[in-house]
Amino acid sequence: MAEVTDEAILEISGLSKVYKGGVRALDDVDLTIRKGEIFALLGPNGAGKTTLIGAVCGLVRPTSGTVTAFGEDLARNWREARGRIGLVPQELSTDMFETVRRAVSYSRGLFGFPPDKARIEEVLRSLSLWEKRDSQIRELSGGMKRRVLIAKALAHEPDLLFLDEPTAGVDVELRKDMWRQIAALRERGTTIILTTHYIEEAEEMADRVGVIRNGKILMVDDKDAMMQRMGRTEAVITMSQPLDELPASISVFPVELRADGLELWYRGGDGSGKGREDVAALTKALVRAGIDYRGIDVHDSSLEDIFVGLVSETEEA
Amino acid sequence: MIGFNLRGAWSIYQRELMRAFRTAFQSVIAPVLTTSLYFIVFGSAIGSRMEPIQGTEYAAFIIPGLLMLTLLGETTSNSSFGIYMPRFTGTIYELLSAPVGVAETLVGFVGAAATKSLILAAIILATATLFVDYQIKYPFLAVGFIMLVAASFSLFGFILGIWADSFEKLGIIPVLILTPLTFLGGTFYSLEMLPAPWDKIALANPIAFLVSGLRWTFYGTSDVSIGISLGLTLGFLAACTAIIAFIFKTGWRLRE
Repeated sequence: MAEVTDEAILEISGLSKVYKGGVRALDDVDLTIRKGEIFALLGPNGAGKTTLIGAVCGLVRPTSGTVTAFGEDLARNWREARGRIGLVPQELSTDMFETVRRAVSYSRGLFGFPPDKARIEEVLRSLSLWEKRDSQIRELSGGMKRRVLIAKALAHEPDLLFLDEPTAGVDVELRKDMWRQIAALRERGTTIILTTHYIEEAEEMADRVGVIRNGKILMVDDKDAMMQRMGRTEAVITMSQPLDELPASISVFPVELRADGLELWYRGGDGSGKGREDVAALTKALVRAGIDYRGIDVHDSSLEDIFVGLVSETEEA
Repeated sequence: MIGFNLRGAWSIYQRELMRAFRTAFQSVIAPVLTTSLYFIVFGSAIGSRMEPIQGTEYAAFIIPGLLMLTLLGETTSNSSFGIYMPRFTGTIYELLSAPVGVAETLVGFVGAAATKSLILAAIILATATLFVDYQIKYPFLAVGFIMLVAASFSLFGFILGIWADSFEKLGIIPVLILTPLTFLGGTFYSLEMLPAPWDKIALANPIAFLVSGLRWTFYGTSDVSIGISLGLTLGFLAACTAIIAFIFKTGWRLRE
């Protein structure tokens, strides 16, 4: 498996974008992407994810700030850098009357690479598109069209790949298939930046996660570290009899009584499993205290919970 | 790849030509049919009863004008459509994110549009031989002038395709401006045939200089000096190039 290194493949510094009419889509964004990692950029609609990708890929003119890719300033030496970047856009934008193979070959040529039938076949086969190689793109299903966009982005063997909502509108099976393909790309050493609405997707694949809202990066961290730092376990223990108060042996846990004493709520721990250990200890303590219960519901917070909490906090602030 | 992405330009060029073949009826057959009808109606039917103009049989006299009529309309439409469609469908993202700049884009899109126009011009001239007996006095100059006009109006069409934000706007200039100006620019008559002051007013029509210039390369006679026609066309080419350079520099209507 390709290693994630500390070497920066993309450095974004002080990047801002103000659209006509004054909408500030990006607000002084600083972000560094490490070589070989999968980075998930999360944010609600209109947070600035697509604008950020557009600013790096040449679709959007930044108002200020710098973008350095592979050590080259993109504003000056854009040719070299762009030749090593691939983009899969959010919209299903492609020439619908073109055949799959010709569309992918065109992309390779556009990026300055010589024709390579073997490479095109490899890409098409890896995305299960080989059987459809001579079909017009308009004849394909939505999921297959998205695969074509991925194939087009991979045709020139990019070192850095942007996937803007890669699984939007595709069914669960195809989504998981794409996750496998993205993982395979990473194995080959491609650095991947993806935006997604499916937090589960980021949780499944990303090495690091960034949260953006209102054009500002709220947080960037290793996914596991973020889960550990911000993850929590919640447990609801349903009592056989309502409790008026908690004995001291139970009060030491981060618990509270709800539903007129019929439910004991636990919220604590971290994203590394400490919360579940606490809950086990809590149930033993209840038994020792002679308190009977008839049900336990335990839930570890997901990246989605963390994301929603983070976004809500800043909204309130 | 540094400096100029030749493969990128070639890819665009090839794809645009393929698009033309895909729409062969619209791109080639339709204009050839229309021009043939002009030859039949104005050249053979009506032209046979007309006196020679500037020493040239009427049916032959109108060939340069008819060629210009098709050339301007088709070149502008092809080129404008070529860049407008990626903007309309969103596939422009690929072009903007690729290592291609203004030079590659122009060579690709404008080169393809100009090539299509030259092929079309050759087909029309070949078609004309079916209806009219004519000789081109300065064939190399004629080809050069046609190439110059095709390149200029491909650039113009490119600007149009970037400016337009609807299919309606895309069609306005070729249909409502270029076609009437070509008709009034001496396609079917010599400007000297117009009564005063219309013969002078007609010189305010820039297309008259193009028709006149092309007619000079065909028969050695023209309404205005070939030097002026050539200078005006070169000036138009330079102006369009400068506008496109500005568009790419500022990203106007291309990059948000």
